[in-house]
Amino acid sequence: MLSSNIMPYAQSNIFSKTGEQEEAAGASGFAIEARNLSIHYSAFRAVKNVDMAIPERKITAIIGPSGCGKSTVLRSFNRMNDLVPGAHAEGDVIFMGQNIYAPQVDPVEVRRRIGMVFQKPNPFPRSIYENVAWGARLNGFKVGLGRPSMDEWVENCLRKAALWDEVKDKLNQSGLSLSGGQQQRLCIARAIAIQPQIILMDEPASALDPIATLKVEELMQELARDYTIIVVTHNMQQAARVSDQTAFFTVDADRAGMLVEFGDTRQIFTNPKDSRTEGYISGKYG
Amino acid sequence: MNGPGLSFPVEFDPTLPRRHSSGNIFARFFLVSTWAGIAALALLMLTILNDSIGYVIITTEVDPASLAVNGVPYEEQTNQQLTDILANHLSARRLRVLEKETPFADLNQAELVLLVEQEVLDPEAAATFSMVQSLFDRSMVNAELAEHPGATMQMRFWLQPGLLSNSGSSNALLAGIRTALYGSLWIIAITILVAFPIGVGAAIFLEEYTVDNAFYRLLRANITNLAGVPSIIYGMLGLAIFVRGMQPITSGALFNAVSGDPAAATGRTILSAGFTLALLILPLIIINAQEAIRAVNPLLRQASLGLGATQWETIWHHVLPQAMPGILTGTILAISRAIGETAPLVVVGAATYITFDPTGPFSKFTTLPIAIYQWVSRPQPEFRSLAAASILVLMALLLSLNAFAIALRNRLQKKQ
Repeated sequence: MLSSNIMPYAQSNIFSKTGEQEEAAGASGFAIEARNLSIHYSAFRAVKNVDMAIPERKITAIIGPSGCGKSTVLRSFNRMNDLVPGAHAEGDVIFMGQNIYAPQVDPVEVRRRIGMVFQKPNPFPRSIYENVAWGARLNGFKVGLGRPSMDEWVENCLRKAALWDEVKDKLNQSGLSLSGGQQQRLCIARAIAIQPQIILMDEPASALDPIATLKVEELMQELARDYTIIVVTHNMQQAARVSDQTAFFTVDADRAGMLVEFGDTRQIFTNPKDSRTEGYISGKYG
Repeated sequence: MNGPGLSFPVEFDPTLPRRHSSGNIFARFFLVSTWAGIAALALLMLTILNDSIGYVIITTEVDPASLAVNGVPYEEQTNQQLTDILANHLSARRLRVLEKETPFADLNQAELVLLVEQEVLDPEAAATFSMVQSLFDRSMVNAELAEHPGATMQMRFWLQPGLLSNSGSSNALLAGIRTALYGSLWIIAITILVAFPIGVGAAIFLEEYTVDNAFYRLLRANITNLAGVPSIIYGMLGLAIFVRGMQPITSGALFNAVSGDPAAATGRTILSAGFTLALLILPLIIINAQEAIRAVNPLLRQASLGLGATQWETIWHHVLPQAMPGILTGTILAISRAIGETAPLVVVGAATYITFDPTGPFSKFTTLPIAIYQWVSRPQPEFRSLAAASILVLMALLLSLNAFAIALRNRLQKKQ
């Protein structure tokens, strides 16, 4: 499926800025860590007291019933919640040894290192090539000795997103001309084109048909070799199929989301410690 | 047969025909309103056309045929011959005045012909007829012609090259709208240059950078209200701010560019008029641009921000290109309004009658709507025809500006 000749770029840093901080990551063995994280929308507390440490280069799934704050937690990991008026976070989210909610941290810098794939495919209304190249160019992609050219980089990213063979003859067509599944893979290619450390996926397959879903799932497993992936999903089978770790969230009495159980996917699905987890995965509610 | 437990009554819903018929009544009403609008527009066009074409009975001081030399009509004669005609027919005093304005030697042949027509022939429209009268009431036209011995009669489409190339004149047959057309174009250019960047900038700020608090809600509501303020109020505002308050700038005194005219020296210039109209259409542009920016899919913003773009990069690369067709549509509407405005310009100090072209932003000005207004209010019917032809020019100007903006919009849309 994926040829091996694309791997050389994967580990090398082709952007100008990253460097010493790259070393800092992984010191703890965790890609990102929430410590006593609570998120409020104005007066409403959406999520309370979440503690979870996400392992590196693994797929972590977040499951739970509607309104349990799965997406809220996911979006707090790259400060996308900042865009919601009235949203604010308490507690720490530690990324590369740094609390991303510390006042001196620029959310732009956080988002550049923690990419995101959204529920509905949202390619830019531009060419397929530009969809991939824009973010890279914006973040200081440099062409030079021993570095790929932009054309090579676009090809590399599209190959990694398992989309190259389908689009190589129509790179100048609009990204919107693709099918829903292809669009979602284009969004993944766009995300990896800026070489993030973590990719957040917010129900990436919920708008796709089963075959496109399968392709995206295969792709996630490929990408987990190089990237930490956190995926929110409604689909328990999907979580069981693709993830290494699973976090189960639910809603408590005062309608705030909370983390119930977090552990190895196999353990969560076969031998849950909490009765609420068991009830959810066995289909009693949710 | 229907499935068990789910059976339609054998008789269908008896109220259904009535429900359909009430829908049909509305549909018919909508059809009638559409046609009423089309009919009103057609009537308008016909009235204008009716006034702009028709027979004109022209009397001249001198028979044009008598000016011919060896069968060559005066229009084709040489500069020297034309100068001779002028010398032969005009008083010595009038000749001196004309010579003082512009020496005959400096005029080209076409200008000399025009001068001969104005000074020697001095044509006058003894009677003007509308298109309907000319076509269907020929006997009345002929009777009128008989009353003017020696007069010539011609079928005249008042929208002729002379209308565009001549400046204002008290003689309807020689009057044109050149100065007014230039004035309109100058003013609209200044209006666009001022209002578009400020309006779009304000819309971006209001939509992208402000928080939703009481102050900004009040501000937005008031911008909407400003769009409904009568235009003459803007004229008074322009008079106070641009003509009086900013006189050193609008008259050009600050840049040593005051034109010789006393009206222009007091700030009643193209620049003041352009600023005033910009102020007038600013709320329209802001409101429309806000709508267009708000309509941009929020997913697009998130995609851009999620790639590590700053807010400005997101606005510049994604929000504005997406919103631009809508922004341009709003701008088209605003400009269409500005180009037809008369009242605020009268207040700001538009000249009703000028014969020289505006030379820059510090010239005094007149505009097409003002020329039209001025001609319509005259009692002679020939000026009504002149006004009708000028309206056609104004409409053509409006349509071509709009066509340009629509073409631009479609190009932007296609690019995406």
